[in-house]
Amino acid sequence: MKATVLVRPKAGILDPQGQAVASSLRQLGFAVDEARVGRVVDLEVETTDPAEARAELQRMCEQLLANPLIESFEIEVPEA
Amino acid sequence: MSGTRPRIAVVTYLGSNDDRDAAWALGAVGADAVPVWHAEAELPAVAAVVLPGGFSYGDYLRCGAIARFAPATAAVVEFAAAGGLVLGICNGFQILCEAGLLPGALRPNESLTFVCRDVPLTVERADTPFTSRCEAGQTLTIPVKHGEGLWYADEDLYPELEARGQIVLRYAAPCNGSVRDVAGVVNEHGNVMGLMPHPEHAVDPLLGSADGALLLASLVDAARDREPVLAA
Repeated sequence: MKATVLVRPKAGILDPQGQAVASSLRQLGFAVDEARVGRVVDLEVETTDPAEARAELQRMCEQLLANPLIESFEIEVPEA
Repeated sequence: MSGTRPRIAVVTYLGSNDDRDAAWALGAVGADAVPVWHAEAELPAVAAVVLPGGFSYGDYLRCGAIARFAPATAAVVEFAAAGGLVLGICNGFQILCEAGLLPGALRPNESLTFVCRDVPLTVERADTPFTSRCEAGQTLTIPVKHGEGLWYADEDLYPELEARGQIVLRYAAPCNGSVRDVAGVVNEHGNVMGLMPHPEHAVDPLLGSADGALLLASLVDAARDREPVLAA
């Protein structure tokens, strides 16, 4: 089963990369107030059970994919 | 100082690049450096461990995030739990934070640029095994060279660390956007320290400053007073 993890800088944390992207977009003429840059991790997991996949991904995020001090994460698993 | 030369391990990860400088500098201030390969699951009998600078495992995911899983890191975690002295420099600091041995996290510099220059540091605490040769309030000049050195702790964690005296070094002028200009911290028990500046690059006046030798010699003094710790 394919699954996706979105890792973002936590709300309220300064994101200099996002600021640089927003400023570049403004220079191109786009009306952008804010941009924040995170990371996408696409995974292929063995299980075919969405609930099990979600629980497994939760553990992956807590143990490696995100640093809870500075990052939040969101798990996307296809519906059964 | 006394003539015994304590043995201090220097761990080489894949991508470490300051391991030999660290070993040389430790030798220059009176220790015998013992190289330890990242795949070794046990530490030799040493009185302290240094995790050097570099780009372990390509800095993939987050700096230090992969090194946390190296067999040598597990041995260092045990060593620290047994009270062993551990100093992490630059990437070593990032690894210690990712491994949960030190508080906070290191993020990309506010400027988004790599910072490589001598910086003035203020010693906040001289009563640690890593700063005993300094005086509180003293200014040290030591180089930094990092892209991800912004030390971060949130508004709940930071006051706790400050109250417990865990902030050991600060940049005397803003360097990379670190919270409250923090450059180095210790753990709650005071036996593990991490800092972004490179004391091993400042042990000879010929290279601009010998202030780094004060920190490394403090560690060597403390190591000399300890029996080698064998991680079980």
